[in-house]
Amino acid sequence: MASLSLLLATFLASAVEAVEAFTIVLAVGVTRGWRSTLWGVAAASLALAVVVAALGPAVTSIPIQWLRIVVGGLLLVFGLQWLRKAILRASGYKALHDEDATFAEERAAASAAGRTGSGLDPYAFTVAFKGVLLEGLEVAFIVVTFGANHGNIPLAAAGAVAAVVVVLIAGVVVRAPLAAVPENTMKFAVGLLLTTFGTFWAAEGAGASWPGGDAALLGLLVFYTAVSVGLVRLLSAQRPRELAA
Amino acid sequence: MRGFARFLYDFVVGDDPVVALLVVAAIAGAWLLHHAGADAWWAVPAVVTAALALSLWRVARTG
Repeated sequence: MASLSLLLATFLASAVEAVEAFTIVLAVGVTRGWRSTLWGVAAASLALAVVVAALGPAVTSIPIQWLRIVVGGLLLVFGLQWLRKAILRASGYKALHDEDATFAEERAAASAAGRTGSGLDPYAFTVAFKGVLLEGLEVAFIVVTFGANHGNIPLAAAGAVAAVVVVLIAGVVVRAPLAAVPENTMKFAVGLLLTTFGTFWAAEGAGASWPGGDAALLGLLVFYTAVSVGLVRLLSAQRPRELAA
Repeated sequence: MRGFARFLYDFVVGDDPVVALLVVAAIAGAWLLHHAGADAWWAVPAVVTAALALSLWRVARTG
């Protein structure tokens, strides 16, 4: 279950961020041209690979108990951020991420920006670089932390890279923003997985022993899913009353 | 430098610093309970659940 969860978490997290990065890159590419845009994508991808390559050995050299506390704590903070946003979106308190709207905004901004000579287009390069780097950085941290605690960073990285490949293929086929991807459901799943594993490792790092050992992971996942679904229902039911008041 | 510190804060802490603080408190609480000889496995999920509910309640309250 652990390896499957590792693969699933990094795949889903990477897929969500790749869809968002793809929208930015597509908007800049079709508006400003592909050469500088793809240079920006390549530079950001290289930077992310360096982050994973540098942080991986550094994190795995931490003693196991401290590794669990640090990684568990970080995964909990990241996981709760994802889960909180997904619950707010599912219950209507926050607008769902609209790739078509983002695409239109990015295209308008790219059209309005000034142009320089025939060389590298600094606008296209910078926007593509920033878009890929910022969307990918959280995935890089998830790959390093999740992978390090499993003792398998390459498997975590493979899950993330596979998602990027799938999103790229889908993007090339569709030739439009991937607006039909159920981003919030995927964010919900990633949030649940990160929170579950973060809880498990943070408590173990603090010295606690889980009843049932690794089987407690399944119990935690079921518990957090039930709590989250309950919170979505509670917030959804509360919202119309508040609006009517 | 200040921009990078701001980015790092936003990246790690996110929208609600109370959640990050409660995560740290949950781990510290579990550590203290364990070293006091108590069974501490329940402490982290209990505080994490409360942190999530509190954070969402604060958003719901302000609309």
